[in-house]
Amino acid sequence: MDLNFTEPQIAFREEVRSWLAANVPAEPLQTFDTAEGFKQHREWEATLNKGRWGMVTWPEALGGRGCDLIEWLIFEEEYYKARAPLRVNQNGIFLLGPTLMEYGTEEQKARILPKMANGEEVWAQGWSEPNAGSDMAAIRSTAKLEGDKYIINGQKTWSTRAVWADWCFGMFRTDPDSERHRGLTFILVPLDSPGITVRPIPQLDGLPGFAEIFFDNVEVAVENRLGDEGAGWSVAMATAGFERGLMLRSPARFQETARRLVELYIENRESADSDPAVKDAVMRAYLDAESYCLTTYQTACRLNKGGKIGAESSTNKIFWSELDQNMHATAMSILGARAELLPHAPAAQGVGGWLDGWLFSQSGPIYAGTNEVQRNIIAERMLGMPR
Amino acid sequence: MDFTFTDDQLLFQESVRDFLVNEVTPERIRASWETDSGRDPALWRQLAELGLTGITVPEEYGGLGMTELDFVLLAQECGYVALPEPLVHTALVAVPMLKEIGGDLAAQWLPKIAAGEARVVVGVAQNLVVEDAHVADLLLLEQGGKLLAATADQVALHHNESIDPSRKLFGVDVQPGAITVASGVDAASLIAGALNRGALGCAAQALGLAQRMIDLSVQYTSERAQFGKPIGSFQAVKHHMANVAVRLEYAKAPTHRAAYALATGQDLAAHAVSHAKLVACEAANLAAKNSHQVHGAMGYTWEVDLHIFMKKAWSLANTWGDAGFHKSRVADRIFAPGAALGAGATFA
Repeated sequence: MDLNFTEPQIAFREEVRSWLAANVPAEPLQTFDTAEGFKQHREWEATLNKGRWGMVTWPEALGGRGCDLIEWLIFEEEYYKARAPLRVNQNGIFLLGPTLMEYGTEEQKARILPKMANGEEVWAQGWSEPNAGSDMAAIRSTAKLEGDKYIINGQKTWSTRAVWADWCFGMFRTDPDSERHRGLTFILVPLDSPGITVRPIPQLDGLPGFAEIFFDNVEVAVENRLGDEGAGWSVAMATAGFERGLMLRSPARFQETARRLVELYIENRESADSDPAVKDAVMRAYLDAESYCLTTYQTACRLNKGGKIGAESSTNKIFWSELDQNMHATAMSILGARAELLPHAPAAQGVGGWLDGWLFSQSGPIYAGTNEVQRNIIAERMLGMPR
Repeated sequence: MDFTFTDDQLLFQESVRDFLVNEVTPERIRASWETDSGRDPALWRQLAELGLTGITVPEEYGGLGMTELDFVLLAQECGYVALPEPLVHTALVAVPMLKEIGGDLAAQWLPKIAAGEARVVVGVAQNLVVEDAHVADLLLLEQGGKLLAATADQVALHHNESIDPSRKLFGVDVQPGAITVASGVDAASLIAGALNRGALGCAAQALGLAQRMIDLSVQYTSERAQFGKPIGSFQAVKHHMANVAVRLEYAKAPTHRAAYALATGQDLAAHAVSHAKLVACEAANLAAKNSHQVHGAMGYTWEVDLHIFMKKAWSLANTWGDAGFHKSRVADRIFAPGAALGAGATFA
């Protein structure tokens, strides 16, 4: 064990830091849940890609830097410290991209990955359906192969980024007689295809961060199938796999929130201490963010040395989502009567982005597999409790 | 950056685990409760033969010359079996303190500890009572800002019975003849070191205890049937144990980091220890609570083994600094002006 960064790791951090210092926009971008903000974020992706900082874990041949997980963690630390923009193409870069590299044909990789990398094509998810939420195997949207095209019918929902995205990926039932996990196929769909209707769904903040997608005889070329017909479930599981889960939320994000929470507490100490629970909650948030960082580093080091990641990593989703909720709940307590005010309200001095974060933290225990589903996975696969 | 243990360290952990699980069974622990001392000289000899009593004793004194980092995984295994013998205390608290004191005292006692011929215990004011004073040949005691060394014939002991029958606790009156080992800042530094190492020992054992309580609960709920199926198949029961697994999983790395920080003398060692002790003992206390719940009425009995581990977890949470003590240390650090916090500060 040696908990010091190596010279190359320190140099890498310096390189990231100086590039970000020179390139992160001075003014925060508008939220990507608006048309203008989406455009700004798309441009930011192009800027990142030009500096080869867009997908540091991707291979160099694909515009990445072939970074290992420790370098990825270092990159993320500097990224969040620099308050760089959120990643509008996260679904593409971190979820679909690695899956494409594993299951895609050479043609697909050459056609799709470069445009994903430079933000030209932003990806939305098409997992959930009205009757297939936690029970994803209940998918009913169909894709029927006719010649060299799939004819897609059905409906997807909670499709993140779909309002302004260019493509979506998801699973469709290609075998009408199949049930559950069998007979599903992973297909990539251009969102400007005739027959597609995207209906934005306003979120808690009133902005359309996700949408319903209706498919009415949508024709999709067969070369947009990822993996074999009927193999959709295993392709999707790779996308939602343990290692991908590890990379979904890096510790830096929560450590920076914890740091700002400590600052907020100190700035408002006199009023905050009138509730004795607040100090403890701030401390707990800070320690949990540290625990998350330490544990992620330990896992990353084990994986770097050829270790395997297993069901124990299902604990991570619960840990960070509850941490995020707790941190923002504590911030709301500290802000008191100001907590409900939107940042532009005259009396909203010093509220920062806490309210937005608080709203978003409500979704953490739900998206990417509800925490109840995660608890079942932990109990059954990690602890070996009976089904 | 390498946050992994070596193959040797992991292999040592495995062999110690095998030994402890085979030898320190709940039956053997219960048998020890029926003896006067509650301690098992034969088991202590076995531990000495494996080199464990002298694991942190320098090689020149017949030990293995290992560090807190080498021992932390073994301390977890001691927790897993709820080892009543004061091995963690010896390896993490008494031996390092003697090493720091050095001189004749170290030369006299360290070889005997390594050989399993003597036991040394440390008493700090923070602890109220002294663990295993009744089997100690030498006691190192904080008293009035000084550190005293007293042999067994230089102390009068008052037994303080614990709800955990495995824990043997004593008030100690020092009689004439005890020597002053250190005073002033020297004593304070020795005592602070002992407190940190004692707390690390609690954290590591808490990890093992939590894992054991999970294992017992998984086994019990897989066998116990109600409504025609194992109760472990019910989500309400599963989620109790999943919640423990989450807290336990995220308490491990902080504990390992604390061991590393102590072994390498990092400035943040005291903070790292407090972090580890808080989260590991919380995980163990949650394990106790939820394991008890899924055991139903059986968990409330003397007969079922769960309480061997549950009571130890409860005790460890409040020794070598209770939650208030360790939270205060964390608060002092993170609320200090100019504290380095946030992304990138963890390993700085």
